[in-house]
Amino acid sequence: MPAQRDDSQARGTAPVHISVDRAYTDGPQHEVKIRARDVNVFYGDKQALFDVSLDVPEKAVTALIGPSGCGKSTFLRCINRMNDTIPGATVRGRIELDGEDVNDKAIDPVILRARVGMVFQKPNPFPKTIFENVAYGARIHGLTSSKAELEALVETSLKKAGLWGEVADRLHQPGTGLSGGQQQRLVIARAIAVSPEVILMDEPCSALDPIATARIEELIDELRHQYCIVIVTHSMAQAARVSQKTAFFHLGKLVEAGPTGEIFTNPRDSRTQDYITGRFG
Amino acid sequence: MLTWIALLALFLFSGATYAFGRRKAQAMAARGKPGALHSLPGYHGGYVALWAGLPAALIVLAAALFGGRMEAALLRADSPAAVQALTDHGQAVFFDDARAMAHGTQASETIYEGDLRTAIEDKAVQAKRLQQLIQYGALAAGVVVGLAGLAIAYPRISPTFRARNRVEGWIAVLFIACAVTAILTTVGIVASLVWESWRFFQSVPPLDFLLGTAWDPQIAMRSDQYASKGAFGAVPLFAGTFLIMLIAMLVAAPIGLYSAIYLSEYARPLTRGVVKPLLEILAGVPTVVYGFFAALTVGPIFREGFNNLGGLLVGGPLNGLGIYLSQVQNQMALVAGAVMGIMLIPFVSSLSDDIMNAVPQSLRDGSLAMGATRSETVKQVVLPAALPGIMAALLLAVSRAIGETMIVTMAAGLQAKTTLNPLDTVTTVTVQIVTLLTGDQEFDSPKTLSAFGLGLTLFVVTFILNVIALRIVQKYREQYD
Repeated sequence: MPAQRDDSQARGTAPVHISVDRAYTDGPQHEVKIRARDVNVFYGDKQALFDVSLDVPEKAVTALIGPSGCGKSTFLRCINRMNDTIPGATVRGRIELDGEDVNDKAIDPVILRARVGMVFQKPNPFPKTIFENVAYGARIHGLTSSKAELEALVETSLKKAGLWGEVADRLHQPGTGLSGGQQQRLVIARAIAVSPEVILMDEPCSALDPIATARIEELIDELRHQYCIVIVTHSMAQAARVSQKTAFFHLGKLVEAGPTGEIFTNPRDSRTQDYITGRFG
Repeated sequence: MLTWIALLALFLFSGATYAFGRRKAQAMAARGKPGALHSLPGYHGGYVALWAGLPAALIVLAAALFGGRMEAALLRADSPAAVQALTDHGQAVFFDDARAMAHGTQASETIYEGDLRTAIEDKAVQAKRLQQLIQYGALAAGVVVGLAGLAIAYPRISPTFRARNRVEGWIAVLFIACAVTAILTTVGIVASLVWESWRFFQSVPPLDFLLGTAWDPQIAMRSDQYASKGAFGAVPLFAGTFLIMLIAMLVAAPIGLYSAIYLSEYARPLTRGVVKPLLEILAGVPTVVYGFFAALTVGPIFREGFNNLGGLLVGGPLNGLGIYLSQVQNQMALVAGAVMGIMLIPFVSSLSDDIMNAVPQSLRDGSLAMGATRSETVKQVVLPAALPGIMAALLLAVSRAIGETMIVTMAAGLQAKTTLNPLDTVTTVTVQIVTLLTGDQEFDSPKTLSAFGLGLTLFVVTFILNVIALRIVQKYREQYD
């Protein structure tokens, strides 16, 4: 909305530039996996994101932090085009996954979402057995050709999600019967079963107790060696613990992004400083 | 009339005591700190009004309801010798006439002479007196009880008195009474069904009724008439009911279900906002309208279509079928079933739509985020999650189809046949109940009583279906709440 932009200039805040994003380059393997440029999102007449430009590194965890309603979940949902499912939502700008624009007409969102998995705030196992939950993606995408292959895939996925030991003897019981933390690891297993390149996590621990949260955080730390992970979190401590890069959103704008250590010890923007020291949020 | 005036007076009295009690409590509240008065003044007023009004109202109502019987009983307590000489029936008529004379209502045309004449005049005077005694007695009792209630309740008002708890207790009693009324009415209906059916089964053995294949409920007017015994085999009726229900569900289940899927999963909010109310209008059409739509519009169209088709086939290799089709009549199971199916579409779609909407959005998001298409999400996630509820909706539709009356009465025919041919005329249980009980009937012949037998059987069937459906819905709810 032009009116709002004028407003922000009137208040004297610095115009948003790509320069707010400092690259995370901790070794040569961390090339940019997702490159977002000037992303604007509107829900009907209301603008939710303003000119967001952010680089997300490969094989690392990028945390999106910021107060409620700051647009961090909206940005996350742009990456796998989940905003398409919301009536009245429009996305402008460029989001590249390995250099390809995900909003390109040639990209089928169904294929894109197989490459970009997502874990939600509330664990959402399907009303099926544990086995069928994990096998879901493989079945719809035709990834396996035999029953044995499918069983092997389910087993490795559950092992990667650190859940195999707890459910090996009850694979054919409903996934909804597990505890909250187990359900969240089940949906992570479901997401990694289709071998995605990116895993998006939308506050994956906000509905869990501290012990289950710790398990999920350990899991995220293990998974980052294989996947590009983007996590939205309300907890700055969690962002500091699990992420290598942190992006701070405020009022729909990306205020500052950079290596997690730098953001938390040496923020350049006063708003970031205020937020991480708990002065607002 | 007197009763109404009394009740109105009582209502005003009770209202006055309310204001009275409230004022006393308010005066106390004004003196104390906030919270010094346990209950709000209104509750104190309500408490006093309940004590002043309720028992008195019950007395007046009881007098209105049972006063007549009391009067009759007292009147009969001592009867003159001349009356005692009459038969029981004669005595009953005598006392009824005495009361009719007293109250100026319609008496029988019996002529009383001599001793009986003086006796009935005496009794008429006595009846008038008794009536007044009961009415004024009740009124006096009401006044005394009302004042006594006021005298009991008013002094109890004090800052610590828990008027709110008392009043709320009585409100709970009111709720319970309403619930009990509904239950008792149902119990009464079932009891009357069972009782009349039992009388029916005394003349027709239950097994003959349930397993008999001939339905011809004719009862001879005279015992030497040819058709002295009717046939009461309900199988053809249930077969007809089943056939029509099947056709109706074949129409309603897919159309209703698919429109529900469209509405809850595909329609934009705007479309949904238009289509859903339109579908629900369909549910508001009276069944009698569907009935004549079936009988006068759909029936002739179907008949003409089949007749024309038959005409094309006659003389060809399917000559027999052609002849059959060209003779099809207006009234057939297909017409009644199809129209009933249309009637059930909004029922099925609206229930299924609600059930699918109750499936959490997070499940859909989860499936879509896995790279499933919308259609895969519906098939693999939404429908399995909603399936128990949808089954329940379909069972409820079945029980409605079985109990539906108007459409089949007008469009299905009256001939009892055991057939699965949708082009044939069939009859259903409900149609037979209607024909058995409409018009002038004697209410103790097997012919009319058989309606209760049919009604009971129908009730049992739909009851079982509803219980199963509700159990399924319950189980489904536990899963998501």
